[in-house]
Amino acid sequence: MADIAAPNATVLAAGRRSGLHKLMQRKSMIAFLMALPLILLIAILVIYPAGYAIYLAMLNKSMSKFVGFGTFEFILKRQAFWDVIYQSCLFAISAVIFKAFIGFIVAHFVHNIPTKGQRKWRGMLLVPWVIPPAMSTLAWLWLFDPSYSAFNWIFAHLGINSIPWLGEAGWARFCVILVNIWAGAPFFMIMYLAALKSVPDQLHEAAAIDGATWLQKIWYVNLPMMRNIIAITALFSLIVTFANFDIVRVLTNGGPLTATQIFATWSFKVGIESGDIPQGAAVSLFMAPILAIAAAFILRNISKRGSEV
Amino acid sequence: MGFKRVSRRRFVGGTAALSSALVAAPFVRGAYAAGKISVGFWDHWVPNANGATEKLIHEWAEKEKVEVQIDFITSQGNKLLLTTAAEAQAKSGHDILAMNTFLPARYAEQLVPVNAEMEKLIADNGKVNATVEYLGKVGGNWLAIPATIGSQIKGPCSRIDYMKEYAGIDVQKMYPAGAEPQDKDWTLDTFLKAAEACHKGGHPFGIGLGTTSDNVDTIGAIFHSFGAVLVDAKGEIVVKNDQVRQALDWYKKLMAFLPADVAAWDDASNNKFLVSGQASMIMNPPSAWAVAKRDAPKVAEQCWTHPFPAGPKGRFGPFLPFFWGVWNFSKNVPAAKSLLMYLSQASSAEKMVEASGGYDLPSFEKLTKFKVWAEAEPPKGTLFSYPDPYHTQTLSIAAAPAPHKIAEQIYNLGLQTQMAVRYFKGEALEKTLDWASGELEGYMRN
Repeated sequence: MADIAAPNATVLAAGRRSGLHKLMQRKSMIAFLMALPLILLIAILVIYPAGYAIYLAMLNKSMSKFVGFGTFEFILKRQAFWDVIYQSCLFAISAVIFKAFIGFIVAHFVHNIPTKGQRKWRGMLLVPWVIPPAMSTLAWLWLFDPSYSAFNWIFAHLGINSIPWLGEAGWARFCVILVNIWAGAPFFMIMYLAALKSVPDQLHEAAAIDGATWLQKIWYVNLPMMRNIIAITALFSLIVTFANFDIVRVLTNGGPLTATQIFATWSFKVGIESGDIPQGAAVSLFMAPILAIAAAFILRNISKRGSEV
Repeated sequence: MGFKRVSRRRFVGGTAALSSALVAAPFVRGAYAAGKISVGFWDHWVPNANGATEKLIHEWAEKEKVEVQIDFITSQGNKLLLTTAAEAQAKSGHDILAMNTFLPARYAEQLVPVNAEMEKLIADNGKVNATVEYLGKVGGNWLAIPATIGSQIKGPCSRIDYMKEYAGIDVQKMYPAGAEPQDKDWTLDTFLKAAEACHKGGHPFGIGLGTTSDNVDTIGAIFHSFGAVLVDAKGEIVVKNDQVRQALDWYKKLMAFLPADVAAWDDASNNKFLVSGQASMIMNPPSAWAVAKRDAPKVAEQCWTHPFPAGPKGRFGPFLPFFWGVWNFSKNVPAAKSLLMYLSQASSAEKMVEASGGYDLPSFEKLTKFKVWAEAEPPKGTLFSYPDPYHTQTLSIAAAPAPHKIAEQIYNLGLQTQMAVRYFKGEALEKTLDWASGELEGYMRN
């Protein structure tokens, strides 16, 4: 039987050192270490609160007993919650579609402005996105105010009947969506503008030589080149819009009745204002599966496109 | 060695005497009073009103040699509510915190009982109304002391000229300053006729039907006037009753004479409606009048605050009390209680009421006749009836007498205003009641 010599301790230590050295030289390790502060920050500010919200959602109303998924079962049986799901989807999907559409058109207009004057247009068009939404929504509130609407004042001078902007469910939903579009469209515009600038001029020139019209250039050249940006922007905006709180809170406070309540405002209403924190946590967590499904669809298409290239 | 037998009578007597001595005795800095407390009080709407409170606290602190940190926390954006929730969760924060309406009951297990203190205050300042007792006393224990600052009655603030011109009602004669009310004809029927007349005259009543506090308080008092209860004191759902049907029918008639957009009103809408000169009446504490005094003096000159109309079950007015609660994680409970006793003395309450221009309202029976209400102007005596000096109305809160955890949701989710708006917009009455019943079942969750 051959003896197996035990490795020398010095050799082992040197091996460990060289292993660590190699590890530290790996790009992925360096990247990880550089991202570590941010990962820790996210863990403290996102993962811990999210975990705590899950824990809260699994307690009973008086927060004295663990009830598992009992609170989720409870809210799924409430009509008010299904109204909130419907309103949140209506609010987020319609706002994102319009923001994307308007952003796309405006980006093309801005792209066609001569470079010299483009900067000031870009700056001006970004203003709605830069102003804190709670403040800009206050201005909109004065325009839509139930009793002193500036729009209705103009209508009155034109002999047109006033509109109950925030007093009727349909109009109130229209108003919150409109304000969200107004505040969010510039983000789409700037993202699409960046994407447009990266479309090679040669493609447009080739299309022009082939006799393509402006619409055909947009459809066959710009759109395919911008598809990934459009998808990512839409996903990002969908997440932000679903979680919106300030616009609805300031403009309608969820009313009239509960016609404009969405996940975040309803969560606050039942959780903080009405003293049922577990229910509030459960309502807010419901956004996660809905957004996960949306993200899966959108990102799946992106990977498909990636493999096509 | 024998033990001396202590009779039950002797034991009770001795305990009572000891309690009285402890309550009446001035706070002495002892081993448990480490010399520092922090208080979180409601940041007053009325400019400079905080000053009087601050001065009183400093007076007490100097006398008792206690270091006090004072934070005035705004209720704008629910900041005070969020602070309360955060401190309750963290079990850390101020020693004393201002809490409105249902919050003492919500945090009952985290508040230090103040039974002896309330006993002493009631003996000194008179009884508190039933609403204060319902909100502040849970399971036989007083959980917080009713605060002067921020407590209010949201009674009618009428325009003298419009009510006289369109409805033929002289509100000054009905509720004269310095004399007993002449209000036997001031009923819900009269109110409805006046609402119709003022609507025809182009100056409707400004009564909101949104889901915020002002709107809910008004409908709550009207429901009480009909004896309309949604959930009884035992927690049974009793919404399908004739009194609720009557109250909803009455509201349906009223809504025809209100501005078209009242379902979207918040707590600022009625104030704006009055100050703009459009309203014949709103339901609000004197803050709207105070703003009118500053921004629209001609409107303020015509304002007169007075009690609610009477319904089949009596005259009810909405009372919104603030409380001062001492957290059980406070490290200086004796000092906190001592400060609250100092702030609740009649002389302190009067200073606070004066600083708020008559807005603040002590909850104790004997503290409703301060001269600030009699002297406020224009017009002279406009606030005389605000504190209900002749106790003509039962001070109430919407959703009572339901158990607190249910009542809180009825109140905060605006169930009664939602019912009124649904019915007004054409939903069948029984369908509205079915819907409300379903909602109430959801509120029963434990």
